[in-house]
Amino acid sequence: MVEIDWFLGLSAIMFSIGIVGVLIRRNAVVIFMCVELMLNAVNLSLVSFSSFHGNIDGQIFVFFALAVAAAEAVVGLAIIIAIFRNNLTVDVTEINLLRW
Amino acid sequence: MIVYLFILLAVLAIGSALAMVINKNVVNSALFLVINMVSLAGIYLLLNAQFLAVIQILVYAGAIMVLFLFVIMLLNVEDEEKLFDKFRVKYFLAFILGVAVVGQILYSIAGVADVLPEISSNMAEIGTVEAAGDVLYTKYLLPFEMTAILLTAAVVGALMIAQYKIKKG
Repeated sequence: MVEIDWFLGLSAIMFSIGIVGVLIRRNAVVIFMCVELMLNAVNLSLVSFSSFHGNIDGQIFVFFALAVAAAEAVVGLAIIIAIFRNNLTVDVTEINLLRW
Repeated sequence: MIVYLFILLAVLAIGSALAMVINKNVVNSALFLVINMVSLAGIYLLLNAQFLAVIQILVYAGAIMVLFLFVIMLLNVEDEEKLFDKFRVKYFLAFILGVAVVGQILYSIAGVADVLPEISSNMAEIGTVEAAGDVLYTKYLLPFEMTAILLTAAVVGALMIAQYKIKKG
């Protein structure tokens, strides 16, 4: 049987891939997808702890995290559409309206 | 058997995550993310969390990724060229940071390896739809209802933000 360390290690690797993706990509939609990847990595570690402890509370927490992630995706994509309408680009290096 | 299945799904998840990050076509990135979500749902099944595995495919691989693909089609973004054709200090620093983060997390996991939980005996019973629904409609009823309000507010807010003309006054 697989030990819990493996699941946590997989979660850590996926989280780091998400971090690197957020740092190197310039397309706002891809950055958003990398954030979703990081959310999923954390969900994986919550589910593995929940299953290994034999306590369902962690899985319910992941369920609520999924609901919040859905809401976040809806609002974030709407913001990206609004930015695209004003700037005609989603390249984050060219969106500098709030930069001082 | 379960070990091989885990290794297969883990390699699939990590490979698709890497492919998502380094692919320069946005639509391909989104499709790789779908593969990642589906293999993660398989890992949830290995952890006996059937309810979450189904929810993961329905909500993430289904609803959210369709939303992403719709937005990508709507924006008609061109490929991000020059991602890797020349060496950039930024990429190198990002890679170093990623390796540092993964090393730090793995080190801290190794530090607490002797207190990590062993496999619970009732692992197979807690992840079913029946068990999840039982807790969700009794102990977590109020947060569950709040989720409905949150999602409604998110949809209304998204409509407001993405509206073409916002009427003034």
